[in-house]
Amino acid sequence: MSTSTAKQTSSLTFKRRKLRAPYLLLIPAVGILVIGMGYPLVWQIVTSMQEFGLQQQFGKPAPFVLFDNYIELATKASLWVVVGKSILFCLVTAVVTLAVGLALALLMNAVSKGPRLVLQVALLLAWSMPVVAAMTVWIWLFDRRRGAINYLLDAIPGVDMNRFDWLENPLTFFAVASIIVIWMSVPFVAFSAYAGLTQVSEEVMEAAQLDGANGWQRFWGIILPMIRPVIAIVFLLQIIWDLRVFTQITMLQDAGSKSSEFDLLGTYIYKLGTKAQDFGMASAVSILVLAITIILSWFYIRSLLKEDES
Amino acid sequence: MTAKLTKRLLGVLAIVIAVFWVFPVYWMVNSSLLPNVTLQSFVPTFIPFGGSLDNFTAALSDGSFFAALGMSVSITLVVVLFCLVFAFLAAVAISRFRFRGRKSFVIAVLVVQMLPAEGLFIAQYKMVSSVGLLDSVIGPSVIYTAAVVPFTIWMLRGFVAGIPADLEEAGMMDGLSRFGAFMRITFPLLAPGLVASGVYAFLQAWNEFTVALVLLPSEANQTLPLWLRGFVQASATRETDWGQVMAASTLVAVPVIVFFLLVQGRLTSGLVSGAVKG
Repeated sequence: MSTSTAKQTSSLTFKRRKLRAPYLLLIPAVGILVIGMGYPLVWQIVTSMQEFGLQQQFGKPAPFVLFDNYIELATKASLWVVVGKSILFCLVTAVVTLAVGLALALLMNAVSKGPRLVLQVALLLAWSMPVVAAMTVWIWLFDRRRGAINYLLDAIPGVDMNRFDWLENPLTFFAVASIIVIWMSVPFVAFSAYAGLTQVSEEVMEAAQLDGANGWQRFWGIILPMIRPVIAIVFLLQIIWDLRVFTQITMLQDAGSKSSEFDLLGTYIYKLGTKAQDFGMASAVSILVLAITIILSWFYIRSLLKEDES
Repeated sequence: MTAKLTKRLLGVLAIVIAVFWVFPVYWMVNSSLLPNVTLQSFVPTFIPFGGSLDNFTAALSDGSFFAALGMSVSITLVVVLFCLVFAFLAAVAISRFRFRGRKSFVIAVLVVQMLPAEGLFIAQYKMVSSVGLLDSVIGPSVIYTAAVVPFTIWMLRGFVAGIPADLEEAGMMDGLSRFGAFMRITFPLLAPGLVASGVYAFLQAWNEFTVALVLLPSEANQTLPLWLRGFVQASATRETDWGQVMAASTLVAVPVIVFFLLVQGRLTSGLVSGAVKG
């Protein structure tokens, strides 16, 4: 290790200083994490066990109610509807993103350099769009009266989409949200999967072809097993990222309706905290969101830790 | 022969998909150049012939853009600077030293990196408001730095580990102090890593919406994403000037697109490198 020569020549004090060095180096990072994340997290855990409503905003002490907020949540039908919708939204979006991304990666692998480059540039441009700008464009595209999407769909013979309001009904509202999230997320999946595909050796593929394996068999038998680690991680990240769609849902609600039918977990917490001023309950739901995320992330974190040890 | 034809057809398919995928980005720029009269007609105009920069002038006219730009630039600069320094020091600690608590720190970093803003923003709002820092540059800067530092440490760790410690030791043999060897030999080799991490921090701070929404409640202190959202919010009450909204979106998006294209490769490999190498 790097310390070997130094160790032999070092005096006792020098050694002690070296032992302290890593901790000193960590102080700023740990400090900012404690302030920005640690303290709010502890506050949130404490508050989730308190009754912390409007009266407490004006200085009344918050009584400890232990798990009452959680019990109230567990028995609250409206919360379970939001949790269910969030999970469904997240799974559907992540699965479609993965399928489309994988298909595009295979396509990139199959075509010659020119078309591949065109496709890659298009995907990169979509990927690089800031979320808020992407949202304004998509809201404009889906605009009821003058949006390009209704115009183009209406031009298909037999389809009447003139003035169709996508954001009026929860089902089409979430479909629009999902389309936007998929549009933004596919590039990452496609590029990661493509990076994996380029590692699959030509010889193995040719040998399989000579042995008479058709395209489908080669995909399931060779390509998929070889890129499985990438796919697993990318899919996991998509699920975690698709749970955090507060920006997208908030802006679609700006353009459509703020009614609670259109809420997912992020906007639900936001409304509990800002509109109802019920910080106890908002904290309890936040803890639920954090718990879901950490459980889902554990596999990913473990794989990164393995990388760290090697 | 048929294999060649299939390849051709797939190539055409790839280009068609590319056109669809890039269409929203194109549409943003296209609409930003068209006058409102054209945008209000039922038939969309697909190519901005006779376009002008009037929408940009209009979007910039009331000065709120520059206020938001100032806010975004200040926060972003603070975040990038502190993030790089803090993450660099921590990356040196975890890649050059084996010490007690190292593994716990690495796990903490990885866990924090996964936490969604939605899971903490109410608590962060309470914290920042209790010290009277709502509507300030400091509030979002602290939260963003804390949120971005973990991934930055992770990215830099790879770069620091990639530089052999032997090089440094050789420098020390030649009479440099440990610090001097580090600054003269390791630091310049780290430059690409620092650039990539800095751009990552920039993108995060520049694009962030959720935390900014709760920490910057007053309109005078908005960042660019909040400013842009204001246009969509206004559309609920009056006719939207989509040309202007698209011009505003283009203004917000262009610096991001440029910087993103610079570091894209490193970001992907940072997230999935272990898995790709398999």
